[in-house]
Amino acid sequence: MLALKELLYKMADDQLIYGHRNSEWIGLGPLLEEDISFASIAQDKVGQSRVLYNLLHRLGEAEPDTVAFMRNASQFHNAILVELPCQAYEFALMRHLLFDEAEAVRFEALRASSQADLAAFAAKFSGEIKYHTLHARSMLKRLLTGSEEAFTKLQEAFYQLWPYAGGIFEPSPYEAELSAAGIIEAEQVLQGRWVERISAFLEPLGIHPDATLLGHWGGRLGQHSEHLQPMLDEMSEVFRLDPTAEW
Amino acid sequence: MVDLALAHPATPEGKAWEALAQVPDPEIPVVSIADLGMIFSITPLSDAGIRVELLPTFSGCPALDTIEKMVREALVDAGFAPIEVAFNLHHPYTSDRITERGRQKLKEWGITPPGKSSDVLLADNLDFLNEVECPVCGSRNTEMKSPFGPALCRSLHFCFACKNAFEAFKPIC
Repeated sequence: MLALKELLYKMADDQLIYGHRNSEWIGLGPLLEEDISFASIAQDKVGQSRVLYNLLHRLGEAEPDTVAFMRNASQFHNAILVELPCQAYEFALMRHLLFDEAEAVRFEALRASSQADLAAFAAKFSGEIKYHTLHARSMLKRLLTGSEEAFTKLQEAFYQLWPYAGGIFEPSPYEAELSAAGIIEAEQVLQGRWVERISAFLEPLGIHPDATLLGHWGGRLGQHSEHLQPMLDEMSEVFRLDPTAEW
Repeated sequence: MVDLALAHPATPEGKAWEALAQVPDPEIPVVSIADLGMIFSITPLSDAGIRVELLPTFSGCPALDTIEKMVREALVDAGFAPIEVAFNLHHPYTSDRITERGRQKLKEWGITPPGKSSDVLLADNLDFLNEVECPVCGSRNTEMKSPFGPALCRSLHFCFACKNAFEAFKPIC
């Protein structure tokens, strides 16, 4: 049970934090279409995290809103990658590819999970995530084959983000238990599949991922960058004014 | 599973279906949630009770709470009690569930009905959203402008023939 909860928390926290970061583009996107896309993807992610928090609630954890808004940074299990401030559009777009391809790999694998709820949710999420990965790929392809300025900016964003992306696949203390129970494969197996997908897409476009540079573990254990707590403070500001209010 | 739309109107299932066929989608009010294919099952309970299971189009659809409330109200008005309404997340909604009438209404309202949901599964790029039929003039000389629109289930397009911007209901799987 602990193993399953750890898995659910890290996935839900990834989605909530990434969703919130993407929602920061509302009104600020470089194009109206991108503004809408990032906002829509944010909505999907936060919605998916709610589904997982609801499952955690059925397994005895607190209410989804309490879990989302009342924890401090050290109690979150998201990868550090998703909490980094958006900075520039190229940064957000490159993270979008790295994270959503990882989501695609993870939920594709979970469709075969022995945990029936998770297998069903994974099927639902996979259809939604397909639009996210297609969006990331289509924008990146256009920009990486466009001007030299666009290519340079995206390449820099890639080198900045790539090491952090390794944190998505930080090994879990429960890994042997989870894979023996048929719930999910080992993180390194998923990472291998993800590196293949990212490389197959980026190599022909001139960006060369190097799997030996992947790192930045700690997020899964609650060790975060200095950026998470201020984001949580802002995200939960209204909720914390009156946690018992009916919305 | 019985075909809900064909359930005899005198049965509780048929009566509930008729009631639900009047519940509009909050974001596309010309189409009912029944025509969108959101009703998964209708099960009579003891006495005059009824249980309805709905399929959310998207996990993050912000209209879910509103839809649940409207479904409850429609069932109360139809005389059912007690009422159970639940979202079923074990059977993914697909846009292939939209009825022929639903597709027609979408089109009349200016939203192109979706292509096959398998288009999304098989796609390795967004081309399947290009050259969809313009709901205004019927031309396929159109371009997808954004795979995301004013609601999660819709995309944005432009028609080169009649120069109108329009929306399409995306294939969902």
